Amino acid sequence: MNRTTLLALQILVGIAFLVVWHLLTTVPMANGKPLFAPFFFSTPLDVLARTWKDITGGTLWRHLGITMLETVLAFGIGAGAGIVVGFAFARRELLAAVFDPYVKAANALPRVVLAPIFALWFGLGIWSKVALGFTLVFFIVFFNVYQGVKEVSPTVLANARMLGMNERQLLRHVYWPAALTWMFSSLHTSVGFALIGAVVGEYLGSSAGLGYKIHEAESVFDVTGVFSGMLILTIVVIILDAIVTRIENRLLVWRPDTTARTT
Amino acid sequence: MSQGAALSVSSPSLSAPAAVADVALRGLDITFALKTGEQHAAVKAIDLTVAPGEFVAIVGPTGCGKSTLLNAAAGLLKPSAGKVEIQGAVLAGLNAKAGYLFQADALMPWKTAIDNVAVALEPQGVPRAEALQRAQDWLARVGLKGFAQRYPHMLSGGQRKRVALAQMLIRDPQILLMDEPFGPLDAQTRQIMGNLLLDLWAANKKAVMFVTHDLEEAIALADRVVVMSAGPAAGIVGDFRVELPRPRDIAEIRVEPAFHAIHKAIWASLRVEVQKAYAQGEQLGEEAQQ
Repeated sequence: MNRTTLLALQILVGIAFLVVWHLLTTVPMANGKPLFAPFFFSTPLDVLARTWKDITGGTLWRHLGITMLETVLAFGIGAGAGIVVGFAFARRELLAAVFDPYVKAANALPRVVLAPIFALWFGLGIWSKVALGFTLVFFIVFFNVYQGVKEVSPTVLANARMLGMNERQLLRHVYWPAALTWMFSSLHTSVGFALIGAVVGEYLGSSAGLGYKIHEAESVFDVTGVFSGMLILTIVVIILDAIVTRIENRLLVWRPDTTARTT
Repeated sequence: MSQGAALSVSSPSLSAPAAVADVALRGLDITFALKTGEQHAAVKAIDLTVAPGEFVAIVGPTGCGKSTLLNAAAGLLKPSAGKVEIQGAVLAGLNAKAGYLFQADALMPWKTAIDNVAVALEPQGVPRAEALQRAQDWLARVGLKGFAQRYPHMLSGGQRKRVALAQMLIRDPQILLMDEPFGPLDAQTRQIMGNLLLDLWAANKKAVMFVTHDLEEAIALADRVVVMSAGPAAGIVGDFRVELPRPRDIAEIRVEPAFHAIHKAIWASLRVEVQKAYAQGEQLGEEAQQ
């Protein structure tokens, strides 16, 4: 199947979904009402109209900006801490062995239950959301960096040592690039989790952000508002993902194309 | 022991007392602790010297500990008994005077060909601009002039070996250790790489320890061929000089009558060991089946 046919089919599925949704919520049945009441299900046109109004209206940008700020902070701090701790654990066998059960326990905890605690500790502003996102991002990056440093090819390492590299040079030329590879392979997941942390945090208690907007709409049974918020979130995620893909392609040029791997 | 006798018989011509050997393995034992708790003796009572500028090939059946010997000379492995002397001094830690060419891919996959070669000069404190210039020269010498900006995965197996060769030689090490470096390559590429190696070596003669399982390759390249016995506790069972004129062409030298005579002599000693190793493998296979 060629690309255009595939794209056409993909678009067709989307349109079909919207059409079915539209028909079910607008075409009157025998009793004079549509099968799905628009109060509960809204209609595609209403959602689009609301979204357009929000985008052009201006209030949306403030909420979006706050959510993005929280996402970026959560990702930055979480990834930074994950790299440092991941490196330390991978290079210091004892440290990893001692903390192993605690790391596993902390990672097993469903992070959502921490949200109220963080709200207590850090208040209802952005930092409680950053903290929630941090707990999600940290573990992903930590595990990947740890794995990356651990799984450096022994031959590459032995070769670098035979070239006379000291510990600092090994870190720079061997361990660091190896760890980065693994980190970038998890970048899509960790950026996504940073956003989830922000939105869930806002949803559970805040006065600004996309999560807050959705929660606000929900509390007044404004289903159109909820769907509109979801649509905006989806668009944001798609854009973020495209940006991550571009960064990844630029930084990992040395990696063999998975489709063209011959050895 | 008989190998000691063989060594002293073949040695006098090369180890004139004036020159200190570049590499001397003296009474070397290497034992590994297996996961089951048993001790596995890989090599035992190895005595081997490599004179400056001498090309020594080490052959032996699979799994006899040829690479172990090389790793001991590189300082990557600590001997359980005996000692490694490098230019007369007992080796402690990594062997800074040696370059090592591995069988597996050892290039940093995240660096381009030229960066892989240039980075070898960083530990010596060579400024980056100069290192890049010299790396470019070396890439040209190994026939990869136009491939400087390629990453290892964009190069063929033979080209990657050329980069690794340049990476090793740019540091100008006094001892070259090679562990079946051309093993993964196809027959034609092996010959080309062998000739390239000989050309580079002839221009600036270093002591070489070259491990291979290919006897023909060993004879074509080396001044001396050392035969190891089947493991465990492998030792040296033969030490042969290869009196073939240089410069040599790897492909052409194989049809010379002198080549055949040497091959026949060495093979007589190697064959016994290969059969022994094969029989051990069979036995292990049967035990595993029962």
